[in-house]
Amino acid sequence: MPAISFQSVSKSYPSPRSPHKTFLALDQVSLDVEQGEFFGLLGPNGAGKTTMISILAGLSRADAGSASVMGSDVVRDFAQARRNLGVVPQELVFDPFFNVREALRFQSGYFGIPNNDAWIDELLESLGLADKANANTRQLSGGMKRRLLLAQALVHKPPVIVLDEPTAGVDVELRQTLWKFIARLNRQGHTVLLTTHYLEEAEALCGRVAMLKSGRVVALARTSELLKAASSNVLRFKVDAELPESLASRARITGRIVQFPAHDALEIERYLAAVREAGLQAQDVEIRKADLEDVFVDVMSRNHEEATDHAR
Amino acid sequence: MSCPATMKKRQTMRDELSAGIVLAAPAGHANAAMIGWRTLFYKEVLRFWRVGFQTVGAPVLTAILYLLVFGHVLEDRVKVYDTVSYTAFLVPGLVMMSILQNAFANSSSSMIQSKVMGNLVFLLLTPLSHWHWFFAYVASSVVRGVAVGVGVLLATFWFTTPPFVAVPWILVFAVAGAALMGALGLIAGLWAEKFDQLAAFQNFIVMPMTFLSGVFYSIKSLPPFWQGVSHLNPFFYMIDGFRYGFFGQSDVSPWLSLGIVTLALAAASAVAVQLLRSGYKIRN
Repeated sequence: MPAISFQSVSKSYPSPRSPHKTFLALDQVSLDVEQGEFFGLLGPNGAGKTTMISILAGLSRADAGSASVMGSDVVRDFAQARRNLGVVPQELVFDPFFNVREALRFQSGYFGIPNNDAWIDELLESLGLADKANANTRQLSGGMKRRLLLAQALVHKPPVIVLDEPTAGVDVELRQTLWKFIARLNRQGHTVLLTTHYLEEAEALCGRVAMLKSGRVVALARTSELLKAASSNVLRFKVDAELPESLASRARITGRIVQFPAHDALEIERYLAAVREAGLQAQDVEIRKADLEDVFVDVMSRNHEEATDHAR
Repeated sequence: MSCPATMKKRQTMRDELSAGIVLAAPAGHANAAMIGWRTLFYKEVLRFWRVGFQTVGAPVLTAILYLLVFGHVLEDRVKVYDTVSYTAFLVPGLVMMSILQNAFANSSSSMIQSKVMGNLVFLLLTPLSHWHWFFAYVASSVVRGVAVGVGVLLATFWFTTPPFVAVPWILVFAVAGAALMGALGLIAGLWAEKFDQLAAFQNFIVMPMTFLSGVFYSIKSLPPFWQGVSHLNPFFYMIDGFRYGFFGQSDVSPWLSLGIVTLALAAASAVAVQLLRSGYKIRN
């Protein structure tokens, strides 16, 4: 029995541009996440990641297909599916009427678990919130609110944890605390489904990833296999001026930094020669191994054409 | 690569998790659901109690001001029932008006605040069904409405003490009226997308229907046309039935009032439950 299963799930929303048209957010998505996996759901904004999570959590309803958590259908057996699921939402939301401990007690109570203070204390301790237990949620910093959201998602000890961009806007120290804690939960047997824009995090944590684009799964494999299948090297250098279009279209450009996927020395030499011929000087040249971000960029650009006309 | 012992340990933990052993849930799901309902009810009560000055104290003061002003101005000029002074007549009306307005305000403001602030997601992610939501929101509205009503009643003892001829009628109409307004508040809170829309619902529907329901007068004092119009207002029956419990006198039979209030409560509850079941404006 998979921990999470999506079977031919489709979902459309009214198009923001034209009220008479619909925007297809998910198009026949099927994928399974096995128990105990640390699974990454990657994709650009609007790819359908949050829609998938929303369907799983019962915040949205699929137009077609089905989804389940630990074998329980999220519509027909929603109560059991939600008992098995802990979701950390993307937005920093809180209830300003209550303090941290009350927020956790209420969340525990909603799941039918009274007198859960031992576990609540453990969560507060593990997430560095113990000294804020009696503070109003309004008084917490952004990072603390994020940690409280995680504690609320875990208060009923769900076997499946879903994290929707949990480190967005979070400082490095807190990010590491969060990952250490979540990795520990995964080692203890919890299944983790993660969406993130930080691909180095996904590469470090996720055993398997799915890449989504325009509501479709365009890649689904073990992280190690994706890295193996990618170009083995990346040529990286800096330039002070704009690259000619013929080169720019093949490169990943971040400010002054230019990166080309390269398979061998000949290809590297060819790129550098082309830069020279364009009258530019490549500085700080280095060659490194391809990472998940390179794979992501490659997969997304390969699927660009077929996914562009996706609105109907 | 993990060693076999570690892999075995992880598999055992996964088996326990999937079997629900590690889950700290209580034995039965029905029991868990009751605890869930109780928690939501308690949270909703605590929510208004935390700001008691605003949610209980302020409406009590407003009702007392109404009693002082209207009672002082009209005491010697208006005679409603033969044996009842105008100030005494006013008391049950003001108590019921406070109950109704505050029961409505409780569920509607809680729902819209949670929607606008986004913290409704904490509830949406839980296994609570639409029935649990409905009963928790409505029951907490009844508690607030009755708390304010008791506060107003106690404060009016300073000025006059109305007779309590039939206490069961007082209790029945207080609870049924508050429940009806709690259900209506839930509908308004689900429908409204911003505070402005909720205020419009409150100011253009609830407030006029309350004021024109006989809080300050007996509808027998109205011209026949307006008497007829008043009979179409369900708020009139709530106040008239409630007042019967105090004086044993009313404009219409308390049984008729109870029937109409019960029907209105059933209709409002059916709409509220259906909106919650379909996830109207809260689930996509």
